[in-house]
Amino acid sequence: MMILSPWRADFPAIAALHRQGQTYLDNAATTQKPQALLDALAHYYANGAANVHRAQHLPGAHATQAFEDSRRKAAQWLNAGDSGQIIFTHGATSALNLLAYGLEHLFNPGDEIVISALEHHANLLPWQQLAQRRELKLVILPLDADGVIDLDAARRLIGPRTRLLAVSQLSNVIGAWQPLPALLALAKAQNAFTVIDGAQGVVHGRHDVQTLGCDFYVFSSHKLYGPDGLGVLFGRHEALQQLRPWQFGGEMVLDANYHDARFRPAPLGFEAGTPPISSVIGLGASLDYLAGLDQHAVCAHESALHDYLLKGLAARNGIRLLGKPQVALASFTIEGVHNSDLAHLLTEQGIAVRAGHHCAMPLLKSLHLAGAIRVSLALYNDSEDLERFFEALDQALELLR
Amino acid sequence: MSLPAEAVDALQAFQDLPGWEQRARLLMQWGERLPVLSEVEMCDTNRVHGCESQVWLVGELKDGHWLFRANSDARLIRGLVALLLARVNGLSAAELRQVDLADWFNQLGLARQLSQSRSNGLNAVLQRMRELAA
Repeated sequence: MMILSPWRADFPAIAALHRQGQTYLDNAATTQKPQALLDALAHYYANGAANVHRAQHLPGAHATQAFEDSRRKAAQWLNAGDSGQIIFTHGATSALNLLAYGLEHLFNPGDEIVISALEHHANLLPWQQLAQRRELKLVILPLDADGVIDLDAARRLIGPRTRLLAVSQLSNVIGAWQPLPALLALAKAQNAFTVIDGAQGVVHGRHDVQTLGCDFYVFSSHKLYGPDGLGVLFGRHEALQQLRPWQFGGEMVLDANYHDARFRPAPLGFEAGTPPISSVIGLGASLDYLAGLDQHAVCAHESALHDYLLKGLAARNGIRLLGKPQVALASFTIEGVHNSDLAHLLTEQGIAVRAGHHCAMPLLKSLHLAGAIRVSLALYNDSEDLERFFEALDQALELLR
Repeated sequence: MSLPAEAVDALQAFQDLPGWEQRARLLMQWGERLPVLSEVEMCDTNRVHGCESQVWLVGELKDGHWLFRANSDARLIRGLVALLLARVNGLSAAELRQVDLADWFNQLGLARQLSQSRSNGLNAVLQRMRELAA
């Protein structure tokens, strides 16, 4: 059965890639952009760029208006309501580093930070390095066979020394939703901070930070069909009050002297220097575009496509999936075939998938794998994309076996 | 600087291949021709870092000429490494420093393979050769 995407034509790069003989299935790394975003960027630059929050002149007022509109749209996307603030950073990685530095003063030697075994380096290394700076213990929650954080182990490992829990909502390697409500409840019972890495999760379905009840939620614009160089950090008011500025510079300051200064509260106090203005405006356009889609239809499409991917993989010999993927992507290895060889031959055939450790080296090491191939989907993909991938896969295996 | 005989062979074999399948088959065949490394030689010390697949490299100097042997656990990388060895084996240290990897693979019609160098690490292999010869 054919699965067609009604939104495919909204993304001009898909046709361009097609003309170059490329089938793009690396969407967990970054996504193609809707025409609405390209139009917004062109409009901003063609009609007068200006810095935000500074100038009294008209272009500055327009830019600031558009910039703050995007902040409102990002808050709406997460249903933040009045519960907190949206801070723009230079990427999800920057947002997590902001948290690891801005909360550092709250940690004492021996305190524990809890993450999981499947974290992307961006949600591992900032905490690992914080632990080293402050002599903290970094506790790693193990996974079950499906690639889901083991809740029994979490109940044992999240305890009175736990000061912060930082976990992914959806694994970028395994494609499995993580049991956030249970984990957040365990952390909150210990009065620990809660940080959700939503880089993958935010792209699939709609999520509500008030229902989740996390202190911080982080995502990356470019994975959500927006421009790159932009991260979004939601923080609950109470949690933000404890966050200290990390980077210092223009426009985050209330009052500056040569030897001391006072800083603004969130969000501006955490947005030192000129922010990525065009990217913020562009993200607003992407969010408008996404908000205009029938969310149920998008979810149904993504689910059907994922099913198609899993069935196709299951129909082939010797394929071993990493965990039990639920949505968006699947990572796999093939018995007797080096993933580098397979990646090489898929590339030769114009199939853009990702091979390697997917920025989760410890996870791959714990599975005793040097790497894996990852196919990741977006709302503009269709079953023909997957058919081309399967054809290329069969050709590659025929050569290699 | 004249090319080593093996390099001339490689050029003849790889130039003007009609398609990716022929190229892949030939790469794998060249990979099979790599001299075997012993278990002892495939150790961490001889491992070239910067490659996602594992590559091991040993080299020795004979009468002023460098002779390298290498292996990889990935078959296409093994082929690419074999083509690199064909280009550099028998060179002096000074000649080795002048090898232009991009140009060599371009001549072979394999420039695109090289552009994936972050994952296949051929540059790291050449770098290690130069370090050994330094």
